[in-house]
Amino acid sequence: MKEIKKPAKPGGLNAEIQSRIGHQLRAMYDDVVRQGVPDRFAELIRKLDTQEANPQLGTAGEKTEGSD
Amino acid sequence: MPLTDALRDDILASVPSLRAFAISLSGNGDRADDLVQETLLRALANIDSFQPGSNLPAWLFTILRNLFRSDYRKRRREVEDADGSYAKTLKTQPAQNAHLEFEEFRAALEKLPQDQREALILVGASGFSYEDAAAICGCAVGTIKSRVNRARSKLSALLYVDGTDDFGPDETVRAVIGGSGG
Repeated sequence: MKEIKKPAKPGGLNAEIQSRIGHQLRAMYDDVVRQGVPDRFAELIRKLDTQEANPQLGTAGEKTEGSD
Repeated sequence: MPLTDALRDDILASVPSLRAFAISLSGNGDRADDLVQETLLRALANIDSFQPGSNLPAWLFTILRNLFRSDYRKRRREVEDADGSYAKTLKTQPAQNAHLEFEEFRAALEKLPQDQREALILVGASGFSYEDAAAICGCAVGTIKSRVNRARSKLSALLYVDGTDDFGPDETVRAVIGGSGG
């Protein structure tokens, strides 16, 4: 097993440290990804979807002039 | 293109990674979710400008990044995540040792210049190619590569200044790095 070595120069990288950074970065990111889609967003899309189909229902958005 | 059911489902499927990106950028869970909401509103309002068959996540990430950028210029980060509200957004709290290390990592990430942080996240966590990340950030591929490299160097310097001995990596880290034994 290889030992973790100091970077050769300030800011230099060795493979172990790099993979460690990559691992932590993904762990942090994936923690959030695993939470899935919060209800508020699923609902938002559903609501907007309905508006798309029935534009006359009105909307909170400012830029909803009809598309042509 | 019009908003088809399939497209709507694809947008919804991108929400988890949009949130992760937003939280990584802003370091603040509540603000990140507002950012995602704004992104979705903007995306749906401009859905006609989405090219069918092109990279939907990249398109959405571009919108989110631009929103964050303009928002950032306005606010200049007046709200720092001093009380670790980011950690509170996590459903599963890591164990104590891992938690400390995680906070350390997050703090180091916050210290990176914004350009470098976003490049590193897009490539290193979101899994975008250098080309996609360049398109999202509106810069050259070479620029993204050098930002990612500088981000890694800086993180390494911040976290492992004099090698890892000073920080006394705990078992979790050893297990991760060593794979087995220790």
